Amino acid sequence: MDWYPLYNSLRIAAISTGIIFFLGIGAAYYVAKAPRLVKGLLDVVFTLPLVLPPTVVGYLLLRVLGPKRIVGAFVLEHFDLKLTMTWWSAIFATTVVIFPLMYRTARGAFESFDETLADAGRTLGRSNSWIFWRVRMPACRQGILAGTVLAFARALGEYGATSMIAGYTPGRTATISTTVYQLWRTNDDAMALRWVLVNLAISAVVLLAVNLLERRERREKPAWY
Amino acid sequence: MVLSVDIEKTLGDFHLRVRFEAEREIMALLGPSGCGKSMTLKCIAGIQRPDRGRIVLGERVLFDSEAGINLPPQKRHVGYLFQQYALFPNMTVEQNILAGARGGTRQERRATVAEMVRTFRLEGLEKLRPSQLSGGQQQRVALARILAGQPELLLLDEPFSALDEHLKWQLELELSDTLKAFPGGVLFVSHSRDEVYRLCDTVCVLTEGKSDPKETIKELFAAPATLGAALISGCKNISPAEVRPEGLFCPDWGVTLRTAQPVSDRTRYAGIRAHYFTLEGEVNSIPCRVSRVIDNVFSTVVMLSTPGPGLLRLELDKDRWAALGEPRELTLYIAPEDVMPLTE
Repeated sequence: MDWYPLYNSLRIAAISTGIIFFLGIGAAYYVAKAPRLVKGLLDVVFTLPLVLPPTVVGYLLLRVLGPKRIVGAFVLEHFDLKLTMTWWSAIFATTVVIFPLMYRTARGAFESFDETLADAGRTLGRSNSWIFWRVRMPACRQGILAGTVLAFARALGEYGATSMIAGYTPGRTATISTTVYQLWRTNDDAMALRWVLVNLAISAVVLLAVNLLERRERREKPAWY
Repeated sequence: MVLSVDIEKTLGDFHLRVRFEAEREIMALLGPSGCGKSMTLKCIAGIQRPDRGRIVLGERVLFDSEAGINLPPQKRHVGYLFQQYALFPNMTVEQNILAGARGGTRQERRATVAEMVRTFRLEGLEKLRPSQLSGGQQQRVALARILAGQPELLLLDEPFSALDEHLKWQLELELSDTLKAFPGGVLFVSHSRDEVYRLCDTVCVLTEGKSDPKETIKELFAAPATLGAALISGCKNISPAEVRPEGLFCPDWGVTLRTAQPVSDRTRYAGIRAHYFTLEGEVNSIPCRVSRVIDNVFSTVVMLSTPGPGLLRLELDKDRWAALGEPRELTLYIAPEDVMPLTE
């Protein structure tokens, strides 16, 4: 059995989760503090990928990154680099698709954060970045952790946009989800089932990890809390 | 240290207009909830920005809308004790106090923490988190954290509101010691006249966002100048009043009362404390009918109908009331020095 799709899926999911960890938290922090009108507008834009069909996301990405489109053509001409149909092209797709998951869970966590803690930090002479990393992030840890895991799981399963922008080339751009589709299409039912089981196993492990983390979190608090 | 505050801020249809000066003293901002006390503290600490005005602490201008000065909270050196203490839940007692220590080397900050732990009797609790502490311990940690930074001014926002009733007394005694030892000025926000009376030197009454001139605690209770001050100082009987040559005419009670306190053309109300009435006297008699008798824990409250449409509230010891033998009618007297003329 060729394990390349597993390896490729994991690295794509890991890299895009790493990217949206910072992008999503940054966007959530900004939107949570923004004035109402800006907030409403940005919220729609940032959440849109969650409700759009992945094929629509793929189409829009190709409109921008395709070799004859504005960004794609520019990069091709100046860096001699094709943005589509490589293994890392899928990162564009997964990043866009999972961004709303991270953004929304982080925003929820930030909005339930007790702002008097930040005020206290400031009157004590602490810098805003100290407050962010030492008080706000730890207090929102659970929400952010949940968002990260959810985003990773979703990135692992991304199919629609990935298949459009990275295609399916065995040993190069194949991921678990595109491989399952390809195997099913070519009537290789036994192989398809194997990959389905691999996928199920990974998802189960991820969800189990979330539950364990949550339980440990609860144990840290005193019994009477 | 002289704190001078003169600020305005509008939030929706709430208008804050506060003006006072404080020396190195324990000064109370007293008023009912929603009168703008906390907002005033937040403006001084730099958490909220006033629309207009000036805040000066000692030689330093903290805020001046005309000169465009608005120091960030970090540079104001103003300690703020929040209502729920705002301890960082993810940090231990020690780390919380360390977060308040300013300047110096790492070793000096550590030494400050150790000193604060001793001063506030937190030995043995250093490694615990705020959620594992009692309300009183939380307050001590919060104070230790603030004083570790050696602020020039201390702001206390309803420091006892988060505590159970039976804990308050002990903590009030402790806090009183801490405040007396504090070298700078203290602003104490409260809606409780009892707390303020026991802990503070001077008081500034806030009513619906507007501040009265500063007065001493004794003045506030002996002769409150405004309606708001009379209400917050616990005056239960208040009637609109009209200044007449023979005295203050109180239409609610249908009587004209002589007063020993100065009246002016701004006098709009008269106030009488419920336990200042006497049952014998020569002047200011008010013929009343007993309308209701309410038993309090240690006193009896009698509601009396007057010659006017309003009721009067009389408060006296249980024994004294029992000795009267359930009268239907009662004539009250009030000494002229206990009739308080009030302005708006």
